[in-house]
Amino acid sequence: MNTDIVVFGGGIAGIEAATSLHRLGYNVIIIEKETFLGGHVTLWNKLFPNNKDANEIVQQVISSLNNNITIFLATESTKIINNHNNTYTIHLNNNKIIHTKAILIATGYDVFNAKLKEEYGYGIYDNVITSDELEHILKQNKRILTKQGKEPTRIGFVHCVGSRDRKVNNIYCSKVCCVTAVKQAIEIRQKLPFSEAYCFYMDLRMYGLNFEELYNDSQEKYGVTFIRGRLSEASENIEGKIIVKVEDTLLGRPLKMTMDLLVLMVGMVPSKGTSWLIKELELNFNSGNFVSSLDEHTKSNLTNKKGVFVAGTASSPKTIDDTLADSRSAVLFIHEYLKSF
Amino acid sequence: MTKDNKQKIWASYQKEIADDNYYYARSCIRQNFFPAAEEMFIKILRKHLNKNIHDDAKHTTCTGIGYHSSIVPLETTMTVVARQFSLMNEVGCENFICSCVTSFGLYLEVLSTWKHFPETLSKTKNYLKEATGRTFTPPKNIVHASDIIYKYRFDLLPQLKYKLINNKTQEPLNVAEHVGCHYAKIFPESGIGGAEYPHVLSGIIEAWGGKIIDYPERRHCCGFGFRQYLIKANRSYSYTHSTKKFESMQPYNVDLILTNCPGCNYFLDRWQYVAAVTENKLFGKNNQAIPVLTFEEITALLLGYDPWKIGLQMHQIPVEPLLDKIGINYSKKDKYLGTKGPELPEILKY
Repeated sequence: MNTDIVVFGGGIAGIEAATSLHRLGYNVIIIEKETFLGGHVTLWNKLFPNNKDANEIVQQVISSLNNNITIFLATESTKIINNHNNTYTIHLNNNKIIHTKAILIATGYDVFNAKLKEEYGYGIYDNVITSDELEHILKQNKRILTKQGKEPTRIGFVHCVGSRDRKVNNIYCSKVCCVTAVKQAIEIRQKLPFSEAYCFYMDLRMYGLNFEELYNDSQEKYGVTFIRGRLSEASENIEGKIIVKVEDTLLGRPLKMTMDLLVLMVGMVPSKGTSWLIKELELNFNSGNFVSSLDEHTKSNLTNKKGVFVAGTASSPKTIDDTLADSRSAVLFIHEYLKSF
Repeated sequence: MTKDNKQKIWASYQKEIADDNYYYARSCIRQNFFPAAEEMFIKILRKHLNKNIHDDAKHTTCTGIGYHSSIVPLETTMTVVARQFSLMNEVGCENFICSCVTSFGLYLEVLSTWKHFPETLSKTKNYLKEATGRTFTPPKNIVHASDIIYKYRFDLLPQLKYKLINNKTQEPLNVAEHVGCHYAKIFPESGIGGAEYPHVLSGIIEAWGGKIIDYPERRHCCGFGFRQYLIKANRSYSYTHSTKKFESMQPYNVDLILTNCPGCNYFLDRWQYVAAVTENKLFGKNNQAIPVLTFEEITALLLGYDPWKIGLQMHQIPVEPLLDKIGINYSKKDKYLGTKGPELPEILKY
């Protein structure tokens, strides 16, 4: 098969770029490892800061897809050859071989493996879950229950799990966790009005439009308590409740609290697909081990290999808005490149 | 609590433990508090595991307690450590065992300092040469004594006369472990099971039939913490820390506290006595205190050694309730022989 561009990743970044490139008249192929399109966003419930249904965004993006775009679902590449004549040959695990002029990496992120923060007891203590898991519970509209089958009366949210943390070698900020914690704490308070919600944070990065308003609402309307301090450890008592130790850095005092449920706000790490493509295409890693851009200010979608572009969270953590904007930006770079042939 | 993931963590923190020919560095304080612990370790290795271990009267303190109290400068500590290694070289050993957890952490810290700051190694070599005329080579393998018992726990199992099982109910005994902070909290990769869920003692407990009690304050300091105790004005901190641990383990009906550090064993034993005397607080089942033993003492006890021959009467907390549970026969009258007749306790009598 011959094509102008192969897009790795059928998440919102990949679809948005594929749609625009097709509108510009290029032949596009999308390769997606999952059996569905939409990526992580399909697994989310409501979006910050406006409580919009995540599904709406996914459907909006997917609905723009043209039938002439070839999509391989449940497919991965096994080998990519740089032919050094401005083309790449891509071998797929469905035995198909594609010759393309350009590649767009939109393989996104994986959620940080919270088991690596051993001191928080994820995977060991029954009532420690991740923000990702809470989002799935909320999406399925299931009851929020502890492992013991009771509605939790006190829920803690731990910010920056796997982000801004030298211990796990992830120094970068994942950008979405602070505001997600605020959003989820509000949802918890709405679903369980008798409960108490506590956010343990280092500092709150409410940089986006309406983020600060959401944060204010969480305190004023929903009574969410914010404690500035990083969790030092979590442990389980005989009732299966989670005891957390924190230093309240505003009061300058250590704090010990008992939680029914502890939610770890897991950050973003490069997806396995992203890491594989970096190695296979001999691209550069950036400081967070994502795809390194040629210039983070002016050539953010270009890589060190001619004809290879990057969009979305494959290059760094991003919100949905930033991901879609980055995809459109990548389209312009690709268009300029393909025009030169 | 899910144990499978704990086992995965344990599996990811394993280390090399040499098979034989060890140089043994004793603890400064241990022989005064629990005199048979180190003697039993040597006996277990020689008699029960058929290993070669060199017990050297020439070695000194590692300076750990002085170092952590800012009394001994690092350069002095490194030179003293270098001398210990030189003594090890002298007898042809390459594998170093520390009896003390503070020492273990300190040796690792010194080795790590030499590795990352090679100029400190050169200086130390010079200081040692000038002071003693000696040279040295660092050990090929350095472990804590509890690592050895952990490594050979299944080899010792067939030799055990008793298990950590209640003789009457046949239920596993509830054993709370306390691993010394300096065992893995400074260098997690050097501790069996890592720093958060160390396996070095829990592995021994499990292998010998006991049930591990994962109490919330398991990771908390025993109460020694050097300055908490060594500075007299701070001693209430020491007591508070120990009590915090006891209160945390109280709901679990703990039958035994097992430790691998000289200071931890001492403080968890002695402060329980103080809590009983000053506040009338007891933290075990049926309003009893909880016996606190070292890993060597429990090994010796289960191997069938007489509790009074291995110095268990030196513990402030009586061990008889534990002996009764395990089903170990002992002579009440032999406990406090004394040189001038029996010296009987006035409090926590059994």
